[in-house]
Amino acid sequence: MNWIDIGSLDDVPMRGARMVKTRAGCIAVFRTGEAEIFAASNTCPHRGGPLSEGIVHGTRVTCPLHNWVFDLETGNALGEDARITTYLIRIEAGRILIDGAALGRRSAA
Amino acid sequence: MSKQRLVVIGAGMASGRVLEHLTDIAPDAYDITLFNAEPRGNYNRIMLSPVLSGEKTYPEIVTHDEDWYAKRGIACRFGEHVTAIDRAARTVSGQNGTSAYDKLLIATGSAPFIIPVPGKDLPGVVTYRDLDDTDAMVAAAHKGGAAVVIGGGLLGLEAAAGLALRGMAVTVVHLMGHLMERQLDEAAGYLLKRDLEAKGITVLTRASTKAILGKDRVEAVLLEDGTTLPADLVVMAVGIRPETRLATDAGLTVARGIEVDAQMRTSDPDIYAVGECVEFDGHLFGLVAPLYDQARVVADSLLGRDSAFSVKDVATKLKVTGCDLFSAGDFRDGPGREDIVYRDPARGIYKRLVIEGDRLVGAVIYGDTADGNWFFGLIKDRTDIEEMRETLIFGPAYQGGATADPLSAVAALPPEAEICGCNGVCKGKIVAAIEGGAGDLGAVRTTTKASASCGTCTGLVEQLLQLTLGDAFQMPAAQPICGCTDRTHEDVRRLIKTIPLKSQEAVWQELGWTTRNGCHVCRPAINFYLLADWPLEYRDDPQSRFINERKHANIQKDGTFSVVPRMWGGITTPGELRAIADAAEKYDVRTVKVTGGQRIDLLGVKGEDLPAIWADLNKAGLVSGHAYSKGLRTVKTCVGTDHCRFGTQDSTGLGIKLEKTLWGSWTPHKVKLAVSGCPRNCAEATCKDVGIICVDSGYQVSVAGAAGMDVKETERLADVPTEQEAIDLTIAFIQLYRENAKYLDRPYKWVAKVGLEWVKARVVEDIEERTRLISSFELSQSIYRRDPWAEHAAKRAEAYAPLADLTLEAAK
Repeated sequence: MNWIDIGSLDDVPMRGARMVKTRAGCIAVFRTGEAEIFAASNTCPHRGGPLSEGIVHGTRVTCPLHNWVFDLETGNALGEDARITTYLIRIEAGRILIDGAALGRRSAA
Repeated sequence: MSKQRLVVIGAGMASGRVLEHLTDIAPDAYDITLFNAEPRGNYNRIMLSPVLSGEKTYPEIVTHDEDWYAKRGIACRFGEHVTAIDRAARTVSGQNGTSAYDKLLIATGSAPFIIPVPGKDLPGVVTYRDLDDTDAMVAAAHKGGAAVVIGGGLLGLEAAAGLALRGMAVTVVHLMGHLMERQLDEAAGYLLKRDLEAKGITVLTRASTKAILGKDRVEAVLLEDGTTLPADLVVMAVGIRPETRLATDAGLTVARGIEVDAQMRTSDPDIYAVGECVEFDGHLFGLVAPLYDQARVVADSLLGRDSAFSVKDVATKLKVTGCDLFSAGDFRDGPGREDIVYRDPARGIYKRLVIEGDRLVGAVIYGDTADGNWFFGLIKDRTDIEEMRETLIFGPAYQGGATADPLSAVAALPPEAEICGCNGVCKGKIVAAIEGGAGDLGAVRTTTKASASCGTCTGLVEQLLQLTLGDAFQMPAAQPICGCTDRTHEDVRRLIKTIPLKSQEAVWQELGWTTRNGCHVCRPAINFYLLADWPLEYRDDPQSRFINERKHANIQKDGTFSVVPRMWGGITTPGELRAIADAAEKYDVRTVKVTGGQRIDLLGVKGEDLPAIWADLNKAGLVSGHAYSKGLRTVKTCVGTDHCRFGTQDSTGLGIKLEKTLWGSWTPHKVKLAVSGCPRNCAEATCKDVGIICVDSGYQVSVAGAAGMDVKETERLADVPTEQEAIDLTIAFIQLYRENAKYLDRPYKWVAKVGLEWVKARVVEDIEERTRLISSFELSQSIYRRDPWAEHAAKRAEAYAPLADLTLEAAK
């Protein structure tokens, strides 16, 4: 594990999301509740829609382009044979930490 | 002369109908005895699925019970198996004794097919055919656990959906490559599979059952490929075969079913057969429509009346677990055949028409089956479709210039058009019944039987009621908003005003939303209703808006955005154009496009650059054009009296005034206006939501036009002498629309629902109400008449940038 601080919890709106650029591609950070966050690929496997721009409801997000719905707990698309990669993320003292190991940052080491 | 004796074996949908006809026409012709192996009378077998899912109860699906038979003097021997027919003695032996007959009717129906695999007799393996099967499944579902349904045809899928609704984890095992292969092609089968999976049902196709495993009762299903599926319940629904054992034992001619002639007589002239147990001309029958035809023929034949059964083309219109599907004719690929395919992936709609020469020979529809009957008519009548080939797939509404209003589509049907396929009831008969006093759906059902069997034509019957009765008929409530609630848009709007509800949380809680915080369908709608009804108390929630409205720009397919500054009334200046040109260059805009709404679209702006380009445009005085919003878009104008030799009034000036008043307001759907300076109508005002045409004597204000998916001319709201009145009527109309329309209904759809007269009464005739509407609009505009671009560029720019950029960090 290699937890990286990517920002304050307050920077992500409730039932909203923000995007993070990484070397493994763009990742979306979703805030589904007061202290409930998820991280997953920002790119919809259907037509590449930016998931961080979708409507967040329950622990799901709806892609803004064609309304594919993803379960953020598993990354699975509902009713489609597709999934998005999910990443480990946690909140510590109001800061959002993401698992850098999974992002391939250390491949250059 | 003593009465003839009629014995009937089996109380199903066909024989019930025979006895109904027979006793209606000639109550005293026969002494009738009815045997039924099930310990009950007749019920609507098509409705077993709602009983399984818990939406209906058994008493609701009974068609003929003991009381009904008692009233008609028919002796019932329910729960008694018939063991033999003695044709020489002309008797029927039941478990409790023998009955003599002059005429005998066999209506033994069908039996489920059991695949001969090991374990098929284990407890916990059931079929799905009658009420006892249904009860057994309901009992099993109470215990929860896993169910495996073998067979992905109609019955199997209904069983699967019912069990899933009752909380079991359901897997459907289907031998073929796609579901319901007899009714659907692959694409429609795929959509059905997808929709079922979205409901949590697992679907395995090309899966063959090898054995059912278990010691004392069923524990699992083993497939040929070695997969083991744990199961507490196994439903075998692979098909049915005619129940012919009694007939075979009695020496009647039996092929696959009991062979009958066109009068429904078996090889013994005193014995008739009807329903799923018969074979006629090589055909077997499973759908209810031909069964009812047969029933009429049997009744006629028993009464010595001329009647003959013939095989007709049948269309299948089905609702499987809430998914609408339709198929008719022959839809296989073949040489010389052409396909017309229409797909709307976003709405899950698929339509395929198969054409041979200039005739339509087959149709498969999934998702939106409203036009199914029309296609079926074209197939049946072998109509020459050459003339309408281009627009055929869009249905009857697009033929001959008619509008796409479903009511007008129904109005256009000829009297002989079939509405209820199950009972073979045509439009003329239903309309006659309504004119004869059947004033609601229930009455139409009783008098004509239309929509009384499977119910898929209910919507059409309701439309006929509305067409025939006009305002005297109240259309029943429409669809729920979404899966989060059972309530309709109309319901929720009303309750938001009356309870009152002033936050989304209040709506979810008080109206019993079944989800934590809604979904992408209901959230934008509820957000709009709240801000329209409570402009001061409720704050717009950006997280309940689609991306375009949240980011105040239109997302494009590559994830970039388009930026459209407002040009009031389509008027701009060299300074504004220079600012637009500079911005286009500075932010690498790929395409600069002049829009249909008289302004300029900058396409290809990166999301992160939006606040900066807005700030630049703001500096030149340009503000958001709201080209992305369910709100006021544009007011298109011509140059009017300023320059035009034909202009009668200052159309440009009026357009600018309207736009300055209305901009920033949110509406149920987008709103577009136009003002033309004379009846030559260069601003194309007569296809807008509100269109004003200037004339010498003043202003013609018309509303509810359309020029998108549908094309429709506006309707005249009023003619007024002054510019101020034209503005007032426009504002009042838009506020009335904001207060009452369903989210995502354009004004023309809303006006079609409430009627132009209703609108006129409030906007034109009732001056007090007009004043209230205008001041309510003004109150709302005190919050929303502002430039979101300036606000976001100044205060919220960071939200448009990534939260973090980890690519910039040096590798460790």
